[in-house]
Formats: sequence, structure tokens, C-alpha cells
Amino acid sequence: MAMQFYASPEQVQRDRSEYARKGIARGRSAVVLSYTGGILLVAENLTSLRKISELYDRIGFAAVGRYNEFESLRRAGIRMADMLGLSYDRRDVTGRALANAYTQTLGAIFSETQKPYEVEICVAQVGTSPEADELYRITYDGSVMDEPGFMAMGGQAEAIAAVLKDRHDASADAPQALKLAVEALGSVGGENGNRRELEAKQLEVAVLDRARKGRAFRRITGAALTSLLEGGKDVPEKEPGDAGAPAPGEDKPTTSAASEGADSNDE
Amino acid sequence: MFFEPGTSSFTQFLTKAAPELLPGRRPVPPQLSGGDLAPHGTTIIAIQTAEGVIMAGDRRATMGNLIASRDIEKVHPADAYSLIGIAGTAGIGIELMRIFQVELEHYEKTEGTMLSLDGKANRLASMIRGNLGAAMQGLAVVPLFAGYDLTPADPAKAGRIFSYDVAGGLYEETGYDAVGSGSLFAKSALKKKFRAGVSTEDAIVLAVEALYDAADDDTATGGPDLTRKIYPVVMTATADGTHRLTDTEITAVAERVVAGRMENPGG
Repeated sequence: MAMQFYASPEQVQRDRSEYARKGIARGRSAVVLSYTGGILLVAENLTSLRKISELYDRIGFAAVGRYNEFESLRRAGIRMADMLGLSYDRRDVTGRALANAYTQTLGAIFSETQKPYEVEICVAQVGTSPEADELYRITYDGSVMDEPGFMAMGGQAEAIAAVLKDRHDASADAPQALKLAVEALGSVGGENGNRRELEAKQLEVAVLDRARKGRAFRRITGAALTSLLEGGKDVPEKEPGDAGAPAPGEDKPTTSAASEGADSNDE
Repeated sequence: MFFEPGTSSFTQFLTKAAPELLPGRRPVPPQLSGGDLAPHGTTIIAIQTAEGVIMAGDRRATMGNLIASRDIEKVHPADAYSLIGIAGTAGIGIELMRIFQVELEHYEKTEGTMLSLDGKANRLASMIRGNLGAAMQGLAVVPLFAGYDLTPADPAKAGRIFSYDVAGGLYEETGYDAVGSGSLFAKSALKKKFRAGVSTEDAIVLAVEALYDAADDDTATGGPDLTRKIYPVVMTATADGTHRLTDTEITAVAERVVAGRMENPGG
């Protein structure tokens, strides 16, 4: 007969936490920060599998860790947001509601299943000013942190966050904010503790554009990203649906962030 | 329920998670004919142009012999590059249109890329098919779908028009098409005036003329209302995305058409 060993609940939790943290630490990191023009989301990502995504009009998503797990969280978030927006109104979909749903889900998975999710996610909602931005960081055990201004996720989040903490300035423009984000990501992981220089092809970058009506999410890829990394201006490509001034009363978001990638599918 | 594995289709998700949100899934009492109880939308026109496609709709909704609305809007953007116009039971049509908008946006967010124009047209066909039961009881919806194809087989024919029947049959049209009670008259007018490769500006005039002809002979179609300044809704879809004509733009066209009819009532 198999012997049943006793393990204290504390021990079980500790083991699960350690397991999740180890999994997350293996992957690359991501940072999210407010700047004057919106919220910048930057992930170190060599693949075409995305870590950053749009959830709703003013809400973005960034994740690190195990791809299949955060991808299912991302899809669930989009489903929930779209269903809420359809049943109520587009304005009734909030970052806080989505963050709450994520904490419930991740909390339940952490305490009830054999294996916790090895993910850390961020739900970001852009406001009318950097002070009104909302950044929620949700970890593998379902704990949520409201981190105003900036946040880092991933294995060496503390070291990256330390760089951000020293230098983050909500009144920075897009090139400055991207420079800080890239330097923060590059401050860890080099040989012998040296800095790394990250290039455009190693980065996945998107913004939640404060000035944009309707769907604020916009990816920055290809030539636009290279130029922004070199300190050039963030010039949004011409938005579809903006062929002329919108008629009064029409505030339907007809533009699409994903469609912008249609002519730069090289990412 | 948000975590079920499945496709990137929002309507397929709704059929499992919240079928009551889909119009075709609600039982209609069998003895009842919804015919004159709910407002009906009428004439919608689409015309292929050199730059893409335009869609125009009159502003009337009727309930039997009564005018239910003078300023209903039946032409809407489906996404950044396509347009949808609704004829038939207005309530179900508008609901269907909203779900279709979410369907396209949902796919785009989940997959990170837009559906092809044919893909969008097919999705709409299956949504119409879902409403067949209600359609048989008088609550039919027949949309007109048109858009700018970003990857057309023939670059000269990037603007494409798709029509439907109540059973969800999908037909691609060449040149122009119309749906709704006044469509017979509108199409007869267009037949005489339409030439392939017409410019967008000329097509807008053609559309307003055709709607005038439809309103002339069909009581359920509203003509330009000069006293209240209610004019047809006209939208374009081109390489620049969708655009709704501003009040100033459409007023100028409508006033010119009406002035022309003062001289020659038959156009």
C-alpha cells in the first residue's frame, strides 16, 4: 500500500510559487510605462508569437512566461471585453474589471490545480492624462498590484524596475520613453552583468495612444520602430477610417490597430 | 466560459456562452407574424467606383402604413475597410450589424490580422442563415455588404459588393446593387446611368439620384427632407479606409439633385 506523506499547506503553496517563479524566470522580460502620449508596452521578443495585444478600445495586455498559458488568458480577456461591450456599451468595459477577472482566474488555478500558471500579465488602460492611466500587474498566484506609472515583469523584474524607478518621467515623449524601456530591458541578462544593446528585431513594441479616438492600441513595427529607436518622432501611419473628418455623432471605432500591420507583415 | 478552447469567431463563442445574445436563437411565438409590428428599414444602394466602393441608404423606417422613423441610419462601417447596410426588420438588423462589427474586431484582435473581404462576407452569410427561423415569421433581415479588398485578385476591382438572401445565400455583384423595398426603382435608375470605373464623386451623385427615384415610387423609401435637413447616409470604402460623408458634403449633393428635379422631375 502506498504511503501517504503529509505536506503542510504552507509547503504546498511555497512549492507551487517556486515552480511558477522558475518558469517565469526562464523567459524574457517586458515593461509597460506611461508617457505623455499614452502607454508604451515593450517586450523582448525574437519570435512572431506575440506577448503584447489589444484587449479593448483603451485597454492593452502584456505578458511574460509560458506562451500557451498567457495566450489562453489573452483570448479569454478579449472574449470577456467584447461580450461586455456588446451587452452594455463600449465605455462600460474597464481595465479594472478585466484585471479583477484575471486575478480570480489565476487565483483559482493557483490554489486548486496541480500546476500553477507560469505567467505574469499586465492590464493597462490609457486615460486622458498620465495620472489617469491604470496599470495592473497580475502574478501567477492571482495577486494584483496597481502600479502607477511603470512596471516590469519577468525573471529579473526587480532589477529592471529599479532602472525604471530612477529614471521614469511621465512627461517624457515617445522616443525618450522607448529609450528608457529598452535600456531597462537591456540592463539585465548580459554576460558578466554587462549591459546589452537591444535592436528593433529583438523587440515587440506597441502603444496605447492617448490622442487616438476609439481603439487606442497601435503596434510600432518595421521602419517606424527603427526610426523611433533612433530618437525619431512617433508618427502614426495614416489611419484607415480617417479619410475625412468624421460626421457629427459618429464615434464608432472603425479604425483597427491590427490593420496597420497589414502593410508591414515582416515582424 | 471564457476559457473554452475554440475558434476566433465571436459568434461561435456566443452560441456556447450566451446564445440569448444572438438574434436567431430567440424563439418567436409560432402563430405570430412579426411583419408590421416592428419597424422596417428600406432602400440601400452600393456602387463600385474607380477608387473602391460607396454605399448609400435612405433615412426612413416604416411600420405598416406609418413612418416609424425619419432619420434612422442604415449604413454603417463594418470595420476599417468595409461597409454594411441593413434592409428589413430594423431592430434585428441593427443588432445583427453590431454583432457583425464585434465579430470582425474580435477576429482581428485575437489573430492579429484582419479577415479577408471574402471571409467577412462569408461570416455575415452564416449570421443571416442563423436568423432564418425568425425570417420565416416576418422578421427578415437582408443586408448589403461592400468593402475595399486589400488583396484583390484584380487590382482594378478592389471595391466589391456582396448581396444576400433571407436564407443566407451569398452573391457577389458586379457594378452596383440595391436591397430593400425601393431597390427595384433604384436599380432601374442605376442601370441607365452607371458606367464601370465611375469616380467616387460621380457615384455619390448617382446614388442620391437613385434613392430619389426609389422614394418617388416607393412609399417606404424616404427622399431628401429639405425642411428638416435629413439626407441619405453615404459612406465610402477606399484604400484610405471607410469614410462617412459629412453633413456639409451630403447637403451639397442632395440640394443639387433636388434642384435638378425642379427642372426635370424624372431626372
